[in-house]
Amino acid sequence: MSNLLNLEVKKIVETPPEEIERVKNWINTEEYKEKNFARQALVINPAHACQPLGAQLAAHGFEGTLPFVHGSQGCASYYRSTLNRHFREPAPAVSDSMTEDGAVFGGQNNLHEGLENANAIYKPKMIAVFTSCMPEVIGDDLTAFIKNAKQKACVPKDLPVPFANTPSFNGTHIHGYDSMLVSILQTLTEGKQIEGRCTGKLNLIPGCDFNTGDYREYKRLLKEFGIPSTILADISDTFDSPCDGSYHIYAGGTKLEDAADSINGKATISLGPYATPKTFAWVKDNYSGKHVSMPMPIGIAKTDDFLMKVAELFGKEIPASIKNERGRAVDAITDSHQYMHGKRFAVYGDPDYLMGYVSFLLEMGAVPHHILCSRGTKKVEKELQALLDGSMYGNGCKIYMNKDLWHLRSLLVTDPVDAVIGDSHGKFAARDAKVPLFRFGFPVFDRVNKHRYPLVGYQGVINMVTEICNKFIDIKDETCEDQQFELMR
Amino acid sequence: MSDKIRTVEGITKESTQAMIDEALSVYPEKARKKRAPHLAPNDAASGCASVKSNKKTVPGVMSARGCAYAGAKGVVWGPIRDMVHVSHGPVGCGWYSWGTRRNMMSGITGVTNFAMQFTSDFQEKDIVYGGDKKLKTLLEEAHDLFPLAKGISVLSECPVGLIGDDINSVAKASSKDLDIPIIPCNCEGFRGVSQSLGHHISNDTIRDYIIGTREFAEPASPYDIALIGEYNIGGDAWSTKPLLEECGLNVKAVWTGDGELEKIAATHTVKLNVIHCYRSMNYMCKVMEEKFGIPWIELNFFGPTKIRQSLRALAELFDDTIKEKVEAVIAKYDPIMQAVIDEYKPRLDGKKVMLLVGGLRPRHTIGAYEDLGMDCVGSGYEFAHTDDYDRTAPEMPDATVVYDDPSEYEFEKFADTLKPDLIGSGIKEKYVFQKMGIPFRQMHSWDYSGPYHGYKGFEVFARDIDMAINSPTWNLVKAPY
Repeated sequence: MSNLLNLEVKKIVETPPEEIERVKNWINTEEYKEKNFARQALVINPAHACQPLGAQLAAHGFEGTLPFVHGSQGCASYYRSTLNRHFREPAPAVSDSMTEDGAVFGGQNNLHEGLENANAIYKPKMIAVFTSCMPEVIGDDLTAFIKNAKQKACVPKDLPVPFANTPSFNGTHIHGYDSMLVSILQTLTEGKQIEGRCTGKLNLIPGCDFNTGDYREYKRLLKEFGIPSTILADISDTFDSPCDGSYHIYAGGTKLEDAADSINGKATISLGPYATPKTFAWVKDNYSGKHVSMPMPIGIAKTDDFLMKVAELFGKEIPASIKNERGRAVDAITDSHQYMHGKRFAVYGDPDYLMGYVSFLLEMGAVPHHILCSRGTKKVEKELQALLDGSMYGNGCKIYMNKDLWHLRSLLVTDPVDAVIGDSHGKFAARDAKVPLFRFGFPVFDRVNKHRYPLVGYQGVINMVTEICNKFIDIKDETCEDQQFELMR
Repeated sequence: MSDKIRTVEGITKESTQAMIDEALSVYPEKARKKRAPHLAPNDAASGCASVKSNKKTVPGVMSARGCAYAGAKGVVWGPIRDMVHVSHGPVGCGWYSWGTRRNMMSGITGVTNFAMQFTSDFQEKDIVYGGDKKLKTLLEEAHDLFPLAKGISVLSECPVGLIGDDINSVAKASSKDLDIPIIPCNCEGFRGVSQSLGHHISNDTIRDYIIGTREFAEPASPYDIALIGEYNIGGDAWSTKPLLEECGLNVKAVWTGDGELEKIAATHTVKLNVIHCYRSMNYMCKVMEEKFGIPWIELNFFGPTKIRQSLRALAELFDDTIKEKVEAVIAKYDPIMQAVIDEYKPRLDGKKVMLLVGGLRPRHTIGAYEDLGMDCVGSGYEFAHTDDYDRTAPEMPDATVVYDDPSEYEFEKFADTLKPDLIGSGIKEKYVFQKMGIPFRQMHSWDYSGPYHGYKGFEVFARDIDMAINSPTWNLVKAPY
């Protein structure tokens, strides 16, 4: 039998059990770890997705907005299903279904036909266009294409159609989020700046955050302050919408009017220094009022910083209700610190989340022993190191930049920890290492309702500490000898 | 094929056509013209497709379709457990399709099975300078780190074909150097109109690179068969393979659920190919028939009625030993299945279901619903072809709506009119309909349950359908105030 590889015909050979046993043990060794860390080309179990996914998330954060994928249709299906699985919510988005002829002639015809159909069928208030690989490789000119679309009246002239180039072969989902968000803000605020006008509002840019609970927590805290705010972009109602017998394709999002007026805000705070640097730089150059970029408020100290900054910017005292909340959170952690103290963790995730997890663990007296970032810069590494250097619990902790979850597995089996913090994809490595995985961040495909519980603010601290400590106590109850099994823990 | 033409009260060809026209009324002229031939009332008597299919998706309408890469990685290649499957190109495609199809695998992950995500994670420089060198290096690394992998598939994502990389030469050279089969699969997502072309391309690569390169170590028997188009979703193959073995047959290879590369490579020596998912694997059945003279038969493992018919049709191709065993198997399971039906049918009788799945289940599952007393009031596919719709016509009640690659808008409109008691479709549709208060089961992934195939599967299926439709949670959707 001939074949294209010129393989010779062989009898099937089963792998001998002792060979399987040998390899099974070998992949847990130091020797294997070295080999694994020497990889140059192969990426195994990456902890990041591609740019357009983040772009779609940003688009969902605006009222009446239809995310529109310019590229192959399979891309849109992948982004949508990923968001569906994480939130257990609809994630409507269209694609212009480019195929072979698009590769030859460019994607303008698809884009125009797609815009016309999407506008007629789904009646959006805004269409947010972003790209997947194909148009990026062939070099489609979106600026011209969209201008032409309006001239040809594929969509009404006054329909905002922001667009972002979000190539998947560069950066991760957080970079796509940034590019889409800045494009949306540029489009909506164009010509809206009014000399002397101040909305009196705080613009809050949460960053590429997939936790609807976080958005609700920000809004609640600002309400306690009595500070009016505009969240850019607010996905909380989009991805946490009521089940009441009717489906609304645009279930939530920041009002376009509010987003447009955000350029006249009193102040803007970005809480995603790594997720939204482009957006923040543009806002800084163009928005009225004060501009601050600071870390995501995960843990007590970072929440304190955030609240003090808000108070400072608006000349307000931190309300007593929030002070009490802080007290309750501190009460929760002092009551339960013994269950986390000295426990070693492996943590991984997007840079903004990661800073928060590490800061929180150090506050608890826990040890973020392995810190792994799938894609990050020297700046990320330096900031993480500074956090470690600031605490005795950071002694000996190591940061692994641009590594994947197969690297993480090697770390867990050669230099064990008590638990892992990360997204659902870490469950394989955690299982092999026989330690629990705390599912914070994105995506969480295998637990329910996680995205509804904030990680940020004092409430976030209570949520994390409750989940983590109770799990450790569960493990003790499930694994201890009978004579050690007792009522109180 | 069902014996008689069934109807559903209140549904006529006219009412269905009116519903279609109404749904399309918001479309721009050009899109309406393109979509209209893909939507039609079923003509059960004709036994022929009533809709056009396998055409380009209309841009901007919100299709549920995926791409050729999805068909290659997710469907055909991905389930082969003892191979490393490299998603060649940027990081996303492999990441999104990692662990999301529920094709279950036996073995030890990272040792004898590779249910992981391997990618070349293309960066800008790979687009500019090409990724062939990187591919060569990563193949060596994969072989080095996973010495028990029996082979490697290289599944191209969009940029690979657009920048003119030659993965075929790299695969050929590396295959020789590393002494394992390395199969290049040019399944870029922009090729074709849906996942379907990815299935076809993958079948072709099996034909060109794999089939005939291995032989079974044990002597052949007249009862050697292969199970084709069974992907072990939620453990389906772990229900169907033992069932066929109980019937006295030797299942030498499963394509490709919990599959093994070498057994797939030796399939050219079996006596019969039994195919379940016709859409994704009919190509190789036809190749093996032409090249090796292996006959094939299509079976349906959903619900006792279809299983019974299927097993008897299968027995017809063998001697009395098998015929007797098949009758014994049917006699053994009939009362068990009747008990399942007795338990659930009273709660499901007369309930209406609408389906939208990939290329097989919109017709193959209808019998299982009917076993539970339910009626299918609408069905359609993401990526079926005319031969699938031909096979669908007699399975569906007359005049019910058939939809090919429907947009979310069309599907929602039809559901709004038909008010089904259950919708069986995918994750992208699930929460849309649940918001509307319509019970839903994911019919690609068995909604994190399964198996649904075989006798064992029907028990799970019946329980799940009852659970979905009769959950008391639906009574709480409307507030009392």
